[in-house]
Amino acid sequence: MAKSNEPIWWSLFSAGGVVAALLVPVHIFLTGIAWPLGILPGDFLEFSRIHMLFAHPLVRLYCFILISLPLFHWAHRFRFTLVDLGLKRIHTLIAVLCYGSAIAGTIAAGVILWS
Amino acid sequence: MGSGTMKPYVRPMPATWWLQRGPYVFFMLRELTSVFVAAYLVLFLVMIDRLHQGPAAYQSFLEMLKSPLAIVFHVVALAFALFHTFTWFNLTPKALVIRTGEKRVPPAAIIAPNYLAWIVISVIIGWIVVKG
Repeated sequence: MAKSNEPIWWSLFSAGGVVAALLVPVHIFLTGIAWPLGILPGDFLEFSRIHMLFAHPLVRLYCFILISLPLFHWAHRFRFTLVDLGLKRIHTLIAVLCYGSAIAGTIAAGVILWS
Repeated sequence: MGSGTMKPYVRPMPATWWLQRGPYVFFMLRELTSVFVAAYLVLFLVMIDRLHQGPAAYQSFLEMLKSPLAIVFHVVALAFALFHTFTWFNLTPKALVIRTGEKRVPPAAIIAPNYLAWIVISVIIGWIVVKG
């Protein structure tokens, strides 16, 4: 990776860190813990409710940001963690694979949300 | 001797270097949080995909969410996500130094609004998902 790309990746890392910190815990709690264990009242993940929620363009945009930015946060952290673990010699390949995965995930999110 | 410059000596480092000290383990766990957050978001994207495929596909995804393995994964993922939230917020005074006149605003005063915003946002999202 050319040095001149670093500010872009760092900005995405930083924005993704904020999104992950503020939004992700409540989502994990709601879909992965509260609903399966019935902690909160009602069958709130029921198909017709969630389907209606996703009909709203703002909900789609929100989910796009929620998914995409933390993927870039992961890519940046994972890249340097692998290098720190001793894979320094293939650092360019690691950077391409990490950021490439985040870009692929972002495209997938766009396609799934707006198809 | 051959031509060209000499290569600097790089001390070999075992891949397990981070297990040798507490702060290194803490650092690695913090790096690992992003893996769990990303894994959850990929799963969340699959859920949205199943939603678009129709009620039957979506229902089978919901059944999967009820499996013990899925619940264990989400509990672990939540622990890591909270670890990220706390370490991220606690770093803000390092990234953001505010001064009022001569005095530096104390770190706690910079950290606290993050937690307040986080709680308010979480309650709003919870309300929209459960009641909205």
